[in-house]
Amino acid sequence: MKKVLLLLALLVLGLTSVAAQDNVELRITWYDDGNEGTVLRELLDRFEAENPGITVIVDTVAYNVVLEQLPLQVEAGEGPDMARVTDFAAFRGRYLDLRPLVADAAYWEASFPAAVLQALRSEDDTSAIHGFPNQFTVTGPFINRTLFEQAGIEVPSDTNDAVTWAEWTDITAQVAEATGTPYAIAMDRSGHRFSGPAFSEGATYFNEDGTITMDTPGFRLMAETLIGWHTAGITPAEVWIGSGGSYAAAADFFINGQLVMYMSGSWQIGRFSNDIADAFDWQAVPNPTGEGGSTGMPGGTVMVAFGDTEHPEEVALVMDYLASVEALKEFSERTLFIPGHLGLGELDYQTDVEAAKAALTAFVAEVPKLNDQAYELQYGGRAFAINNPIRDRLTQVLTGELTLDEAIARIQQDVDDALAASGS
Amino acid sequence: MATVIDFFTRTRGKNRLHMTDFLTYLYLAAGTLLMFGPIVWLVMSSFKDRAELVRFPPRFLPYHQETVTLPDYKDPLPLFRVTLDDGSVRTLAQVRRVGIEAQMIDPQNPEGEVVRVNINQREPVESIYFSFENYTRGVTRFNFWTYLWNSVIVTVAATILTLLVNSMAAFALSKYEFRGRDAIFVLTVSTLMVPISVILIPVFLVITEIGWTNTLIGVIVPGAATPTGVFLLRQYMLTIPDELIDSARIDGASEWRIYLQIILPLARPALAVLTIFSVMWRWNDFLWPLIVLTRSELFTLQVGLNSFQGDLQTQWDLVLAMTVLTLLPITLVFAVLQRYITTGIATTGMK
Amino acid sequence: MTRTGRLLRRRADHLLTGFFNGLVSLVDAIMHPLQNWVGVRGMAYIFVLPNLLIFGVFILFPMLLNFYYAFTGGTNLFPDQRPFVGMDNLTRLFECGDFLVPNSCREDLFWRAAANTFVFVILQVTVLVFIALVTALILNRNIIGRGFFRSVFFYPVLLSPVVVALIWRWILQQDGLLNALIMALGGERVAFLTSAQWAQFWVIVISVWAQMGFYTLILLAGLQAIPAELYEAAAMDGAGNWQSFWSITLPLLMPTMLVVLVLSMIRAVQVFDQVFAFTGGGPGTATLYMVQYVYVTGFANQTKEYGMAAAASLVMALVLLLLTVGQLRLGRTSGIS
Repeated sequence: MKKVLLLLALLVLGLTSVAAQDNVELRITWYDDGNEGTVLRELLDRFEAENPGITVIVDTVAYNVVLEQLPLQVEAGEGPDMARVTDFAAFRGRYLDLRPLVADAAYWEASFPAAVLQALRSEDDTSAIHGFPNQFTVTGPFINRTLFEQAGIEVPSDTNDAVTWAEWTDITAQVAEATGTPYAIAMDRSGHRFSGPAFSEGATYFNEDGTITMDTPGFRLMAETLIGWHTAGITPAEVWIGSGGSYAAAADFFINGQLVMYMSGSWQIGRFSNDIADAFDWQAVPNPTGEGGSTGMPGGTVMVAFGDTEHPEEVALVMDYLASVEALKEFSERTLFIPGHLGLGELDYQTDVEAAKAALTAFVAEVPKLNDQAYELQYGGRAFAINNPIRDRLTQVLTGELTLDEAIARIQQDVDDALAASGS
Repeated sequence: MATVIDFFTRTRGKNRLHMTDFLTYLYLAAGTLLMFGPIVWLVMSSFKDRAELVRFPPRFLPYHQETVTLPDYKDPLPLFRVTLDDGSVRTLAQVRRVGIEAQMIDPQNPEGEVVRVNINQREPVESIYFSFENYTRGVTRFNFWTYLWNSVIVTVAATILTLLVNSMAAFALSKYEFRGRDAIFVLTVSTLMVPISVILIPVFLVITEIGWTNTLIGVIVPGAATPTGVFLLRQYMLTIPDELIDSARIDGASEWRIYLQIILPLARPALAVLTIFSVMWRWNDFLWPLIVLTRSELFTLQVGLNSFQGDLQTQWDLVLAMTVLTLLPITLVFAVLQRYITTGIATTGMK
Repeated sequence: MTRTGRLLRRRADHLLTGFFNGLVSLVDAIMHPLQNWVGVRGMAYIFVLPNLLIFGVFILFPMLLNFYYAFTGGTNLFPDQRPFVGMDNLTRLFECGDFLVPNSCREDLFWRAAANTFVFVILQVTVLVFIALVTALILNRNIIGRGFFRSVFFYPVLLSPVVVALIWRWILQQDGLLNALIMALGGERVAFLTSAQWAQFWVIVISVWAQMGFYTLILLAGLQAIPAELYEAAAMDGAGNWQSFWSITLPLLMPTMLVVLVLSMIRAVQVFDQVFAFTGGGPGTATLYMVQYVYVTGFANQTKEYGMAAAASLVMALVLLLLTVGQLRLGRTSGIS
């Protein structure tokens, strides 16, 4: 019983902690893929030194929490002041308008892609500023060049600008065969990753009249390619089939040298340069070409501010600082991220790994090839409503629960249901 | 077949049969391996560095590649055992690797000539190495002590609250006749089967309205009125003879005194079981704190552990090490209390 | 323990008892006027109140709210912002060509989840109870180190579902320990997590692994409560071991078995977090169970259809209610309560 009292006392102490202080305390909900949390913290430390009286606390959570719990907390008015998000549409209408608060709104408009700024705005709004992209990503494939050399097979993209998925599938299978590598080709389990290749094969999701049609020949073609990898057994089945409802990466297979070609994206560069070290030569190659061109998917994360904050001015100070050329330049250079800022100029990436620098250059070269469908999918507010059903229903085809026809019909139904429920 | 039947039907105090004894201990040994093997494997894996973690086939003990630091080179160089073309084997340090060719030098003679070999001719020199960095790095990045403290507060406070309110309710439901008693009991028991995950959203709404988001109270209180606890305690208290209570009343004891000094001590085995349950539930609780808490200084261990799972990469080295750390406290508690726990469950489980 | 140690301990006990008694007196002094006011009968309400309050606010009221949600649509969180849609959600759930073919239903995932849960409950409970019984029978023998083995089998019960899932995923993955062992023995690599049958198999194995210790303890207690004289008498009447197992052990163990059955069944129906962390419901939907369907629909999905989730949980609650009533009936007719 004595312990009870002691604990109750401690509890009360803990709960009434630091409530009233002069110091303004701001909160950022953040998730980490690599070292970006550390870099952010150092930037914020400098900010705090320059702005005594403002403390910025970074709450690092799992990515799934940002996707699942954060929208709920924000809607209930219990969210943080700022956050790093990928599903911008989920928070529309709950953002803080930074336009009247930041030092120079024109800088923001000039520095960040209009599509990203617009993606954060509520429907009829065209002027508000809610946040900025702190990381830009492009999807695209990596290859294990050493395996090609060992097999004595030429890398097709060395001499040909327009290699198709079919050709890559063939050649990587030969390389895997010749070198005794278990897997030839793989793609992350993600609708976002799938959509780029699908668009390249000629798929379109968005019609002129604003409706969505999933069933196109290009979509089928890419779906059949993916299914073909699985029936031929040249892809690690664990990635798509072995991991239930969520995203899964094939990165470990690639890092381990068990995979010839890996369709992922620019965010892997930092990890590859750390984990592959010099075990083999790796390289980013251009997105394969099809009837629809050679597009990847744009992507990345956005730093946003929420309207429920009690300290809008201070939030604007932090946002201004983090969005500055200086801060973003350092952030990108140290995290090996492609910046979402348009005017950073030449970046001096902080890595000794030549392959990493080459890969960053290769991915930057992919940006101009991104097509309109890809941009609409990423920034049109319907990304998750479309990408997740693609991922889940195609998996059901791979496990034999659905035929491809049934799956495409289900994807269409899921997309329609989701859009109807969210009223857009 | 006969021995198998003998084996299962044997009871205490009979003549010994060697065969069945052998089978018994075989079963127990296999059981021990099956029960503990996975946990031992987890612990061993938590000491491996990243490269060792993705290695196949995995090895039981953690290894890492040995390196050598040479004056002319900034980073330590990895050591390899190289089979040269003439068949001799030498230990060389790798300077760099280009494609399938590795450039090696002799660590004894770093100024000497660079040897170029095919990468298939070399084997890394490895030694057993427990990577405690996983733990130290995890603990610093993880705010381990804060999370531990929060977990302890939540577990202890919630368990005390649960024991208190559940035993009071069970006392009333088992020892009093009052209007609405059966209704309350039926209502409580009928919610036994409803999983809490199904009503997460409405409970979150309630918490928001009360203003308990981002407080530990918001984690502690909602789960305190466990139907299981009320049910378990009530069933046990029914076996306490009413005469004890009646004679205490005649002696002038108040109802509170009866509850505290007669009922609670007599219900100790059942309370012990509920304590274990509650500690287990609260220590391992994950979904609910994840929704209520957004501020990292309030995170419990389970919520903190979850934060190692990024969008694009799961940091396995840290996840495994931190998982082992979260197991430690509850394992220690169990090791100390295991006799009470196992006998406690055994004595109340069948009431 | 040494003598001084014992003395010290007695001292401490004494102090604690004194403290407890003082506390009782204090509570008593505060509560006595209350009892004078409400009377002895009235005190029952006071005792029930705290639990009832928490129960009402955090379980009962949310359930009612959930009931209301089932008849609303949209993705808004607050009930007053949600449009009332009547039976729409429920009709959507039951829009089916053939109830036995999930693909013919509009909400195919709901029906897959229902079917999976049904199969899981039956298989898991059977395997769990069988293994727990065998283990309890073995632990009930005259063995050395019973306490140790009891703890060994119980230890996994303490682990969080998420940790259990993590441990086993780590072992069963394509490049995991088990495959390494199989290959070392000359076998072929098995895709444990990518085959529907294997996944369903392992989901049952790990849930049995994680829970059996608890039920073993309960059954062991039941076994030890059976008087040894009964066996001796049976042996004198010439009954074999097998015979006395059927005529003594099993019948006398029945009440305990029923407790174990009911408890394990409740947990099996509610299966969620462990499997969710283990397979995520996959491969495909092979291990998608009811609670996960509700959770994903209303919570994990980016489009949060609370209404659909609530409707599904309503259907689930109804089925559970029927099940409970059935079990109580069964218990009553067989004379065990």
